[in-house]
Amino acid sequence: MVPLWMYLAVAAALFCLGTYTVLSRRNAVAVLMGIELMLNAVNLNLVAFWRFQSPLNMAGQAFTAFVLVVAAAEAAVGLAIIISMYRSRRSVTVDDVDMLRW
Amino acid sequence: MVVGGLTPQAIAFGFFTILTLGGAFGVVLNKNLVRGAVWLIVSLFGIAGMFVLLSAPFLAAVQVMVYIGAIGILFTFAVMLTRSMTNMRQRFTTQWWSALIVVGLLFVFLMSGVIVPVWGGISPEQAGDVVATTTDLGVALVDGNQFVLPFEVASLLLTAAIIGAIVIARQHEEE
Amino acid sequence: MDCINQLAQCLNQGGMDSGLAQFISIFLGVVLVATFPLLVTILLIWVERKFAARIQDRIGPNRVGPFGLLQPIADVVKLLSKENITPAGADKPIYNLAPPFMVAAVLLVWAVIPLTPYHFGVDLEIGALYVITVASIGTLAVMMAGWASNNKYALLGAFRVVAQLISYEVPLAMAVLIPVMLAGSMSLQDIVKAQYGMWFVFAAPLSAILFFISSQAETGRAPFDLLEAESELVAGFNIEYSGMKFAMFFAGEFMHVFTNGVLMAVLFTGGWIGPFAEQAPLLGLIYLLGKASVWYMISLWVRNSVPRLRIDQMMDFNWKFLVPMSILNVLVIAFLLQVIKQVGLTPIDPNNFIQNLPQTVVLLLGNVFVGYIMLSWVRSKGRQARAADEAKKMPAAAVHAVGD
Repeated sequence: MVPLWMYLAVAAALFCLGTYTVLSRRNAVAVLMGIELMLNAVNLNLVAFWRFQSPLNMAGQAFTAFVLVVAAAEAAVGLAIIISMYRSRRSVTVDDVDMLRW
Repeated sequence: MVVGGLTPQAIAFGFFTILTLGGAFGVVLNKNLVRGAVWLIVSLFGIAGMFVLLSAPFLAAVQVMVYIGAIGILFTFAVMLTRSMTNMRQRFTTQWWSALIVVGLLFVFLMSGVIVPVWGGISPEQAGDVVATTTDLGVALVDGNQFVLPFEVASLLLTAAIIGAIVIARQHEEE
Repeated sequence: MDCINQLAQCLNQGGMDSGLAQFISIFLGVVLVATFPLLVTILLIWVERKFAARIQDRIGPNRVGPFGLLQPIADVVKLLSKENITPAGADKPIYNLAPPFMVAAVLLVWAVIPLTPYHFGVDLEIGALYVITVASIGTLAVMMAGWASNNKYALLGAFRVVAQLISYEVPLAMAVLIPVMLAGSMSLQDIVKAQYGMWFVFAAPLSAILFFISSQAETGRAPFDLLEAESELVAGFNIEYSGMKFAMFFAGEFMHVFTNGVLMAVLFTGGWIGPFAEQAPLLGLIYLLGKASVWYMISLWVRNSVPRLRIDQMMDFNWKFLVPMSILNVLVIAFLLQVIKQVGLTPIDPNNFIQNLPQTVVLLLGNVFVGYIMLSWVRSKGRQARAADEAKKMPAAAVHAVGD
């Protein structure tokens, strides 16, 4: 049986890769991809803890399902915003979107 | 069956770890965003495999269906519709080195928290063999004492997100 | 699978390591389950062409072999011998990965289908959900194919295909919910076993129709075949594929239609259930394939008889008719199941045909009710549209009459 700390290590690595993507990529779509990676790392953490600490209490899986729902909703709205941004400014580089009003 | 000291579960874990982290590296480092979307899908598939290893098959199926079948395709569409594609010479912002330092510190901090067992009680090696089934998850989501309220709120959230995304991304004909 | 276990024991006694023996036996099982649909596909190519020909009042292939039975082999040889042209500027890894993904999305479904009472690939406790999940991998393959071809028309074709596929997944998933509710479990073997008393197609015909229509749309079969409209759009997203890769798309589509037939049989018409199926498992397999062939023939019949829908008509049909109907269907059937339980009409022995009758009649009435509501709504919409058309024509007709 694979011990718990290995799952947590994978989740930590995934979270850090996601954070680096968010902090350092210039393209807005790539930033959203990083956010998805971070949310997946959180999900993996939740399910690993659920399995090892309290496999009979469904709170772990239910919570993960809700995080999944929120991530899906946020990806949809975020990409809609990016597409709208592209339409008005013809650019999706995060450096170019620095004024609140065009 | 033990091959070179590794049980089949360990081999599967290693395989899915390679998929997950390899895909994540692909997302970070790619020059071509469509390939980046494909790497993201690979990484999400690795996570689904880990869910199966952790005895959560329902979550694994939902992960593939929602993330890969819907969000992966959404990302691919977004990449194509915003023409942000091939051969980006400048992938990273100018402050990428400070981001790298911050993330490195974060990783060290998280790993120290992971390896030093701060959660007493059940030793991490022993995962119990009795696991709740998908039926229990279904009951938990509609049981009045458990998670029916977050369930309903989540559906409201999804409705709001659908309507919001459609309104924001609509092309305005008055221009 | 019991013969798999026996093979493992046999190898074990022959001196092999027991883990390795089990691995080999499982591997052989996987190879068998994956090869079976591929072999069936070869036969299906012939069936499809002959059937289409007869409906169109011609003979169909009859030169190669008796009755043209070796025609698929000729097709395969032709496709294999064609040159594999990769377009310049195509994204090679994605371009090469798309056809295998498409075929994989169909083959993976066969892993959970219960072929006989004792033989199946794996009895997942989430079997029905797994089927829908794997269908969404096919959508991804289409997107990859359209993008990697580096061709505007392929990309446009891929966009429309993906829009259609993800739209029709919604009524598909909701139609699959009904057998799951009636059987009380998502495992496909349990769904088949729950149909001993009464096939679900009699208790929930509306769901069967919904599943049939949605699965036709998911594969891209007429009347939803705008995706590869052979007479328009220059073959859509697989325009740049030739040779073996095109053969994979082609074979994948036929396999998908047959798999849909098998799923209809398993979910709604009782899978391997039939006289003496438990004693002779092979009979169970024959019953399953027979029922699947009936559904496959119905889909071929529809394909060769109806004209094609436009993409906006397809989307309208889905979002304005199928999705509300499927939601209403789920609500009504869930409500009726609870009512049946409260009133006490639930069959005590689910395997008894007579005891299932009252429940079936109540559910059937519920289905008829939902169907009637949706159809009368569609009718009133049609009347409004016609009245609007008449009103538009009236002033013109008056002017015309005056001008005479």
